Parts: sequence; C-alpha cells; structure tokens
Amino acid sequence: MRAITKRFPGVVANDAVDFTAWPGEIHALLGENGAGKSTLMKILYGFYEPDGGEVRVYGVPRRFRSPRDALRCGLGMLFQQFTLVPSLSVVQNVLLSLPPSGWRLNERAAAARLAAEGTRYGMAVDPWARVWQLSIGEQQRVEILKLLARGADVLVLDEPTAVLTPQETSDLFMTLRRLAAEGRTIIIITHKLAEVMAVAHRVTVLRNGALVGETKRASTSPRALARMMVGRDTFDLPLREATTPGAVVLEAVDVWAESDRGMPALRGLSLSVSSGEIVGVAGVAGNGQRELGEVIAGLRRTSHGRVWIVGRDRTGASPLAVIQAGLGHVPEDRLGVGIAPHLSVADNLILKRYRERRFGPGPLLDRAAIRRLALELIGTFGIQTPGPDTPAGALSGGNVQRLILAREISAGPRAILAFHPTRGLDVGATEAVHRMLLDRRREGTGVLLISEDLDEILLLSDRIAVISDGQLMGMVRPGEVTVEEIGLMLGGTRRSGPAAAVATTRDPRGASPPAEDSP
Amino acid sequence: MIRLERRTPPPWVAAATPVVSVLAALAVGGLMLAASGVNPFAAYATLFGDPFGSAFGWSETLVKATPLILTGLAVLLPARMKLWNIGAEGQLQCGAIAATWVAVFTPLGHSSLAIPALLLAGMVGGAVWCLVPAILRAALSVNETITTLLLNYVALLLVDFLIYGPWRDPGSRGFPLSPELPPAARLPVLVGGTRVHLGLLVALAAVLAVWFVLARTRWGLEIRVIGDNPDAARYVGISLTRNILLVMAVAGALAGLAGAGEVSAVSGRLQQGLSPGYGYTGIIVAWLARLNPAASVLVAVLLGALFLGGDGLQISLNLPLAVVYMLQGLIFFFVLGGEQLAGYRLRSAAPAARGVEGTERPA
Repeated sequence: MRAITKRFPGVVANDAVDFTAWPGEIHALLGENGAGKSTLMKILYGFYEPDGGEVRVYGVPRRFRSPRDALRCGLGMLFQQFTLVPSLSVVQNVLLSLPPSGWRLNERAAAARLAAEGTRYGMAVDPWARVWQLSIGEQQRVEILKLLARGADVLVLDEPTAVLTPQETSDLFMTLRRLAAEGRTIIIITHKLAEVMAVAHRVTVLRNGALVGETKRASTSPRALARMMVGRDTFDLPLREATTPGAVVLEAVDVWAESDRGMPALRGLSLSVSSGEIVGVAGVAGNGQRELGEVIAGLRRTSHGRVWIVGRDRTGASPLAVIQAGLGHVPEDRLGVGIAPHLSVADNLILKRYRERRFGPGPLLDRAAIRRLALELIGTFGIQTPGPDTPAGALSGGNVQRLILAREISAGPRAILAFHPTRGLDVGATEAVHRMLLDRRREGTGVLLISEDLDEILLLSDRIAVISDGQLMGMVRPGEVTVEEIGLMLGGTRRSGPAAAVATTRDPRGASPPAEDSP
Repeated sequence: MIRLERRTPPPWVAAATPVVSVLAALAVGGLMLAASGVNPFAAYATLFGDPFGSAFGWSETLVKATPLILTGLAVLLPARMKLWNIGAEGQLQCGAIAATWVAVFTPLGHSSLAIPALLLAGMVGGAVWCLVPAILRAALSVNETITTLLLNYVALLLVDFLIYGPWRDPGSRGFPLSPELPPAARLPVLVGGTRVHLGLLVALAAVLAVWFVLARTRWGLEIRVIGDNPDAARYVGISLTRNILLVMAVAGALAGLAGAGEVSAVSGRLQQGLSPGYGYTGIIVAWLARLNPAASVLVAVLLGALFLGGDGLQISLNLPLAVVYMLQGLIFFFVLGGEQLAGYRLRSAAPAARGVEGTERPA
C-alpha cells in the first residue's frame, strides 16, 4: 500500500501511509485507538475506497470496491465484531460464508474438513455446536476457519487478542505461526506491545493517521515501540495503596448454575468480596465466568447455593432488587447489554437511577435534573461526547465504557461486579478504568473483577480466585504466587496447600486431565 | 456498469423524500386507474377535490381522521417497544361494542354521565381485547403480530353475532342494526353544520398524552429502553412483563376509544361497516409518521382525506373502495422504499457516464 490517504468529515484517518507485508511473515500494525490502523486495513479489504494512494496485491495494482473483490484476490479480514449466525451450527456458518456452489450442502464432509483444519492449525472447534453456545474465543476460531475456507492467503486480524485469554492467545499465536510458515501473510492490528514482541516478524507503527516507522521485531524493544506509538514515554502503572478490607459485601456460597446449553457451568463455587478490596476472578474463557456474573446480577437462576449482597440473601432476586441492594455491574457485553444505543448519553447515564425522586416527582422525569447530572458525570469521568443528547451508540468503545462506569459508580454501589472492564480499550482508556476501580477500592467499595487478562488481574487484585470448569481451583494473593502456578490452576489443577501443587483425590473428576497446555 | 453506494442523505433529500414518494405512488396509481379505463386526472380531482376543496370537505376529512389518529397511536405506542399491534381494527370494534352496551343497555345511557361512561367503556373494551395477546406474549412468548391480527376477525364476527342476534333492533325491519344510541349518549358536534365531533379533541388530547408519556415520564423511558435494547432493559431492572401488559392495554384502550367515537358520533348504532379499515390504516399512519405522535396527526388527515375521496370516487366514477386501499398500499410502499433508497446513491463505474436515477436495479 503506497501513500494511502483517507479523509472522513473533520479528520484525516490516514495521511499518505505506506505499508508493505511479505508472504510468510507475521506483520504487526501497531498504534493506539484512533491511530488509523483499522481504516488502513479496511481500505486494503475494500471496505473503504482511499482518497489517494495505491493498493498492490502480489505486485498487481488493485482497486477493491467491496470486501467481495478483496476476498477474490485472497485477502481475508477478521473483525472484532463477529459475523456469525448464532442459531446455526459452526459448519453451517462456514458453509454460509462460501460462494454458492451447487444446490446441495454437504454438511458432513464440510464438518470433517473443518475438524481436520482445526486440528492442523491448532484451533479445534466442535463443528456441530451452535455458535451461541461457543465462548468468544471459540467464535473467533470459527471466523478464522471461515476465511481459510474461502482460500484467504493474506489474513488481517483486527485486535484478535482483545477477546482472548492468555491461553487462547498463545494458541492463536501458534496457529498464526503455522499459517505463516505455509507462506501466508498475517497482519495483526494491535496496541499491545507484548503481542508484537511475542509473535510478529516485523512491525509498522502508526500515530494520528500517519506512519511513524517500520522495523524488525528483532531490532527493537517494547520501550522503543511504546515511544513510537504514544509519542512520549509511557506513564507508570497506577499505584495500589494498602487498604484494610472491611465487612463482606458480596458472597457466593456453594453456587451451582447451568449454562445456556443446560450444562452445569458453576459447580459449587464459593467466594467472597469484602469492602475495600478487589477480588480478581481468573479463568480460561467459558469456565463459568459469564454464569457467575449473571447469577450475582440476578440475571440467571441458581440451581443450588446462595448469593449474599451487602448482608442479605439475594439468591434468586430480580435484577432490580440486586441493583437496589447496592450492586454496580459493568457487564461483559457493553454494547449489547450495557447501553441502549439509540438513547441519549444522558438517558443512558440515569438508566439505573431514573427511579430516584431527584429525577422528578411521581411518574414525571425532570429533564433539567437529568441533564445536570449528565453534564456533571461527563465532566467527572471524562466521557468524550459532543453533548449529553448524543446517542450513546455513537461513542467510541472506551467512552461507552466510561459512560457505563460513570453510571455504575455514581449510583454509590457497595459492591461492583466488573466484567472484562478494559477489553478492547487502548492504553489510555485502560489506565482510566483501572484508576476508577482503584479509587472505588480506596473509598471502600468491594470489587469483583472478572477478566481474562491475567496481567490486569495481577495488577489490580488483592486476592485472585482462579476458576476452572465452574469450580474454585484456589484463592491466591498476587505477590505469593507465580504465573506458572496460576497457569496450572487455570488448566484445572486444584491448589490444595503450599506443599501440594497437583490435583488431590478430592477432585471429583479424579485425576485432573491435562486439559490444555499450561501457559 | 452502475452501482449503489451507501450515503447519509443530505438534508434536502431527506426532506424531499416523503413528498416525492407520495407523488410517485400517485403516478403509479394513476397508471392503474388508466389501465382500468378511468381518466386518472378526473379521478384525482375527485379524490383530492372532495376532501380539501371546500369547508365541508375539510370537516368531513377531519371526521375520518379522528379514528385514524387514535388507531395510529394504538399501533405507534407498542411499536416504540417493538411490539407489533396489528389488531387495532378488532380493538376498535370491541370498543364500539362496549360503548353501545353502556349507552343502549344500561341506565347510564340516558344520564348526564352517558358520554364519559361510554368513552370509558370503549377504552375498557379495547384494552381487554388487546390484553389477550399481551398476556400470551408476556407469559408464553406467543408472537403478538399473529394473535392481534387474528383477533380482528373474531371481533368482527362478534359484532355480527350481536347485531344479527341478541342486540338487533326490533324496529329495524330485519336489518342487522343495534338500537340507536339515546341522544344523551351522542358525542356533541364541535362546529355547527358539520359532523366534526368531540372525538377529535379526545384524539388530539391522546396524541399529547402519548407524546408526554414517552418523552417526559419514567414509564416512557422504560418503553424507549425496551424498544432500543431489551437486554439492557433487563440488565437495569426494567420489567418486560409489566410493560408489555401496560403498553398493550393502553394501545387497546386508544383503539377502543376510536370505536366508541364512531358509534356515538358517526353511525349512532352498532352496525356493519362501522370502520372501513381504520384499524389497519392505523398501521400505515404509525409508520408514515415514523412512530412520532405529532406527525401521526398530519398523516391521519392525509389518509382520512383518501377515505373521503374514495367515497366520492364510488359515487361519481363508480369505482370500488378498493381504489383507496390500493392507493394506501402504494403510498406506504413508496414512502418506506423511498426512505431506504435515499440512503444510497447511484454511481457509474465509468466516470464519464452518469447513472440515471431509477433505471437500474441494485446489483
């Protein structure tokens, strides 16, 4: 790609950017959110047409008018938002993405082919599973398999690890290495330095829509990359001061619950959060985190066990009762659940508090009071929006998350359930979210942090609950445990005491299988 | 080669789209009229001359618009939370039944409370009819589009049963008519010499109320949240069940009010043909108004005029009422289609040639 320029109203997304990737390499496209990475790749993929510049694929100048043209030339792009039909099976989704060939669908043959490809590249997925039953990591594998099935030789992945666990990330990297070794070109869009260092052969860095530079991974360092990306030296990590945890504000006792598939997802899980502490829940995706969050928020029934919120038994309480008990909730799916996208920022900010009398007498809503609060929260939490009347769905991901945190925190919760609070956010936004959570902790709120980003959990948590297969594998303190030990527990090995690091006979499944490679 | 490109329509296009769409619908309708041997210009002269050509025409247009405003609201309000009420017709009929019962068969009909009582009865009748699908939807997730639609036919048969059977007026010489409503139960006329009745003010008040509820109340916020993202509604603790029941009950009440008004002010008794499809046209009113209560008044007047003009066509040109339904359908089709198409622009692949609008189909 040469001298690519793309303007949007009021902003130059790409300013004469050059970009070259070679067959057989993994090329990282690095930059902060809004640096123009995705725009550049969407131009390559025919999603946008450039205002200037030239795209060459295997030396041939091309003008793609749509992704279909790009796919025909062997380009495939994996977006952050998946394009899967949830009610169909994996194999049906893959077949659906292929150009029509005859009128018969041979699902069996396709499934066998999928299974073979999955094994070959290290991304096994049950071809017959329905997509809605899959974890997000598994859904991503389906998306990659779809692109491979269409014969993509150049794969562009837009922040593929934003949704993955450490384990899934290293699996993905292995897959990418195998794909590159066969001569394919892999381009990953990312803002994570560790990933660049772990997997890329070469790096191109963008900042504010312009090319900063291109370099070999071997001849650079994370610090040098960070400086190129941010344009200055990065900040230190937020400081976690010592606090004394107070009374228990959130407690799950021997909770059992089923997943959407009707399989046991939580199997006798117990944990507690005290005021003034952050408890991290670490686990590989799909090991009961979603169900745990939903049970606590009153969105899913338990089949056994109790949930206590601020000293009262709230098992089976309605979502409203849980909110009124003092639980703030940053939901896993912030766009799908966290906001009403077409309603204004102001309306979204009061969604959990519109019942309060301060927003109007009786059935009436006081628009002025809502607006006042909205303006205040927009200022306090640094939500970047043209105004309180802008539809919430028009905000960027980081600002949607700020909006949700502003809403949840401003309601003065005693406990906060934060689910993947920084997934997909850039460095600046992540830092802001971490600060907000640590501020809450200092003010005496108990925080249950469910995250698949182990670094985040190690950074923020006072205690870490490691779960696997819906059970607690161990409760550890970040300073007193190695990443390897946590890795073992993530893999299903129960921590029984300081002396024994292997599964004990109390494990109901008997000897714990080496479910996945330990990270 | 010519291809489609997505765009945000510029303001003047967005403003011109509905007007051009209506004109296009009338043009196509004109072709159909011509094909059936009628001079389309003469037909349109009647169609729009009658409703808008004289003070009397205007007044009759408002008479027709009155029930349309109410049935439009009955569709619009549930649609704001993505519930599709296709049953305003049946709810209107049930409102008419209940109002007739109060006015004719209870002592209230002769009292000074007759009018409030029959309006209230109309609302209750419509609400009850609409609650049947609402309960099925809330409790068992039965698709309300189908159930509301099917209940229309049941309601019409119920009217038939009553006027052919127990409620037939002994003095009607065998015609299927209920007894006439007593004078105390007739809605007063607003302007002497016309048939514009109190129902119009009731309908306008309802528009105001619906707007106010949606924009300025807690309940309205709940409706809007559910309509925008039901998962978010559940997450913030809004009860879907309660709101389905409430909204559908209110929708039914609005349609029932239309029925009570027709019986009390226009026909004076329960009879067949009470509504030439006001309930179904309400769907068009709601959608052409883009679910905006204030805009639904304008649309209701336009479609009311179409009904009135249709009467004229039947009398002077011997055309069937179906012409009105055809034009309604065309307008609906073109306005919705125009809205979609305004989001695109045609571009020729070769820079020299320019695409001719409307001649190419999307690839």
